[in-house]
Amino acid sequence: MDPAFIVIQSLSGLASASSLFIIASGLTIVFGVTRIVNFAHGSLYMLGAYLAVTIVPMLLEVDRSLPMFLLGVLLSALIVGVIGAAMEIILLRRIYHVPELFQLLATFGVVLIVQDLVIKLWGAVEIPGPRAPSLRHGVFIFDQRFPAYELFLIGVGLVVLGLLWLLMQKTRFGVLIRAATQDRDMVAALGVNQAWLFTGTLFLGAFLAGLGGALQIPRVAVNTQMDISIITEVFVVTVIGGMGSVPGAFVAALIIGQLQAFGILIFPKITLVLVFLLMAVVLVIKPWGLFGKPDAAAGRAVLPEGLLSLRRFGTVDNVVAGVAIIVMLALPVFGDNYMVKVGIEVLVLALAAFSLHFLIGVGGIVSFGHAAYFGIGAYAAGLLVTRLGFAMEPALILAPVIAGAFAALFGFFIVRLSGIYLAMLTLAFAQIVYAVCFQWVGLTGGDNGVVGVWPSSWAASRQVYFYLALAFTLSAIIALRHAIYAPFGYALRAARDSATRADAIGIDVRRIRWFAFTLSGAAAGLAGGLYSFSKGSIDPTMISIPMSVDLLVMVLLGGIQTVIGPLVGAAAFHSIKDFFMPLTDFWRMFLGASIIVMVLVFPRGIAGAASLLTERFRPAPKPVGTPA
Amino acid sequence: MVMNTTRRSVVGGLGAAGLLMPFSAGAQTPAAGAPIRIGEINSYSRMAAFALPYRNAIQMAQDDINAKGGALGRPLEFVFRDDGSTPGDAVRVAEELVTRENVSFIAGTFLSNVGLAVSDFANQRKIMFMATEPLTDALTMAQGNRYTYRLRPSTFMQTKMLVDAVKARGIKRWGIVAPNYEYGQSAAANFKRLMAEATPGFEVVAEQFPALGRIDAGATVGALAQARPDGIFNVTFGADLTQFVREGNTRGLFERRTVVSLLTGEPEYLIPLGEETPEGWIITGYPWEQITDPAHVAFVTGYRAKFNDTPRLGSFLGYVFAYMCRDLIAKAGSVDTEALLKTFAAR
Repeated sequence: MDPAFIVIQSLSGLASASSLFIIASGLTIVFGVTRIVNFAHGSLYMLGAYLAVTIVPMLLEVDRSLPMFLLGVLLSALIVGVIGAAMEIILLRRIYHVPELFQLLATFGVVLIVQDLVIKLWGAVEIPGPRAPSLRHGVFIFDQRFPAYELFLIGVGLVVLGLLWLLMQKTRFGVLIRAATQDRDMVAALGVNQAWLFTGTLFLGAFLAGLGGALQIPRVAVNTQMDISIITEVFVVTVIGGMGSVPGAFVAALIIGQLQAFGILIFPKITLVLVFLLMAVVLVIKPWGLFGKPDAAAGRAVLPEGLLSLRRFGTVDNVVAGVAIIVMLALPVFGDNYMVKVGIEVLVLALAAFSLHFLIGVGGIVSFGHAAYFGIGAYAAGLLVTRLGFAMEPALILAPVIAGAFAALFGFFIVRLSGIYLAMLTLAFAQIVYAVCFQWVGLTGGDNGVVGVWPSSWAASRQVYFYLALAFTLSAIIALRHAIYAPFGYALRAARDSATRADAIGIDVRRIRWFAFTLSGAAAGLAGGLYSFSKGSIDPTMISIPMSVDLLVMVLLGGIQTVIGPLVGAAAFHSIKDFFMPLTDFWRMFLGASIIVMVLVFPRGIAGAASLLTERFRPAPKPVGTPA
Repeated sequence: MVMNTTRRSVVGGLGAAGLLMPFSAGAQTPAAGAPIRIGEINSYSRMAAFALPYRNAIQMAQDDINAKGGALGRPLEFVFRDDGSTPGDAVRVAEELVTRENVSFIAGTFLSNVGLAVSDFANQRKIMFMATEPLTDALTMAQGNRYTYRLRPSTFMQTKMLVDAVKARGIKRWGIVAPNYEYGQSAAANFKRLMAEATPGFEVVAEQFPALGRIDAGATVGALAQARPDGIFNVTFGADLTQFVREGNTRGLFERRTVVSLLTGEPEYLIPLGEETPEGWIITGYPWEQITDPAHVAFVTGYRAKFNDTPRLGSFLGYVFAYMCRDLIAKAGSVDTEALLKTFAAR
């Protein structure tokens, strides 16, 4: 390869790395102090860009000069910083003590709201930003033109790194940030005003996100999909670098930047996968990233979350369950086609949500990529039928087997980790599966997916298929429920509550978690298989992040402390979505707001609230079996 | 900008619009009676840049049509639904439209995967589906069915137009940049096949397939420039295109090279390029200022007056689609699926 070309290409890589680093450093600092993985960081980045395309042209009207441009960029970043601080005061402050899963979901709610707000305020059309005055030209390097602005960006990245180092080492605020990153509780015990520290940190993090966004305006047309496209990449950078580590983010950004610049020459088609593969490899070898340290609080006893105590069904529960089953049996007789269709979807989603709950509530394994196994099941069924000419029946049997096999493969690496790194690795595997299905057009049909996945003729009518789905989902749910009540379920909960103690009494923690992961993946795969036959097609949206989030919301909405919660959650969530979507273009905003309200008001979900009520009205609580 | 926009796409669309005029001359009394309902499924929230001008134009046409007597003396009513940009949601709302809203046929969709899923649904339920926007060839070729008709020229057709426009130049060394999913991959494959037939010695010296919405423009432009092609075939659009063009302009990628580019002339993608708009590209699109057909001028004037905005390709498509629905029903004399299909097949 031409040496001049190598220099130019690596400079391009450095420029991308520099932008990535500015944004990722904000995310990693916020995580270090608050322990919240802020999904809304991408939204702050997008807001920075939108503010800059509004403010900078106004300033350039006054004087078309580089200082004016930079002033506009800084102003936008400052406004975003204030928005971040407001977000801390209004929302995050209330959720520091809820489980990680709820925090992730609440920030995802913010993402949905900001997306619709941006469309409302700036419109859906992309907005081209102005170029930076005096940096429009190309600089000649070895006879090739290289944009001056990219060189400038490389410089800005280094300056930000230097300033952050000064801030962290030389100021009291920086010392406090580092202290809180190491041990938040100790900082609180020493009498530091936590409220200000956290608000200040969010301001700094949001400022950096906004700065990263504002600096992009001469390169990209500002658009409403910027947030999601940057956030996964920034996650990868922070996770590879080690969450909470600024130098780590810098090194990881450099690696990713160069990997993309040269990766596209060798593997032009799989750059998306490369990045997530790198993340998976790093997490498998170094579970806390390159520069991360094990969480100081990791060894401490924390209140377990999820299913705390098991209660056998009483008379009331049996009656409720019986009525529910009768209603379901009667639905195809009395409902119209549409209602039956929605009924099938609710059944399928209930099974998927139940399998996820099995992981989260019982096993304490917060999977952020559960859609992967749902999708693998769907693809397995769909491809077997359309490509290999299988009938529906064997395809439906093989779907959970194949999904279970993939869950076993990925789970082998996943269950070695814990907490947020585990969640990030599940996300990485889900994104790899997604990218393969999206980009491998020859096998999977790419984003077009595959159509013609219809049931065998005897099950072609919606009514018959409903009963088929009911039989499958009900037996799978009963089997999973049985596993929860069996010694296996107790061992799994023991492993969740204290891995060391469980280990001490002879439970093979890793193996039991691995087995749970596989079982759950297989159940999700069955749900996916049933889903594909009910829709007639498969496509990558079944594996995408929104699908994983939907499943999490169902679990959360139903309540993670009850066994049947996810079933209620799936039914409620699907009905709400079905109700809102035809009413308004802004249904995502409603969805986001509902998620946040749920996290704040009903952290125990619908089923949790219902069991609270029944307990209140129960005459004399039995001593055995009351929740701890 | 030299708008070498291939005429065929424009003419094809206008033919459809012009066709309607004879019908509208007669009936001038407002329509009455139970409305004929048409289910319209689109990505109104996720793809608002396309879908909102599209819906605006449909509503504008609906009002005009109904004021002039509707179809078969009954008013038309378009029932709009969001497809959530996923096939799963789209098929569910399609079911809802058919079962609950009692629509005569369904139409719409933006993304190709959504269009294909709805088309397969239509085939199952034996109801007509007019795919207005999706570009994938599969919709009417590999996975076509007798219930599905398309409005827009497909990826293959548009690629062919570009090849026809450029093959006389005899350019042999080509670089290709296309988003890495079905649309991009099939456009690139079609281009390679058609050019190889048209130009002896045709070779592709560089191929770049950035992920949709995530182009690393600097690295991509660098990789293309390194291979020193004489022509570049671009398939990227939207945000990717803007980044690609800016980076390419600064680094001089497009200088002394022939660039052919898919979809770039659609106002949706052309407007965001602003002052960076490159000159001399050969593109497909919708040059609304340059089309002087009276029916089209009337549409543009009406649209601008009503919405205080210039028409997008989506607006044009929505307008043509609404009138097409009216004429189809008027010609078929009924809203029965078989009668509608027969009318379409007869043309």
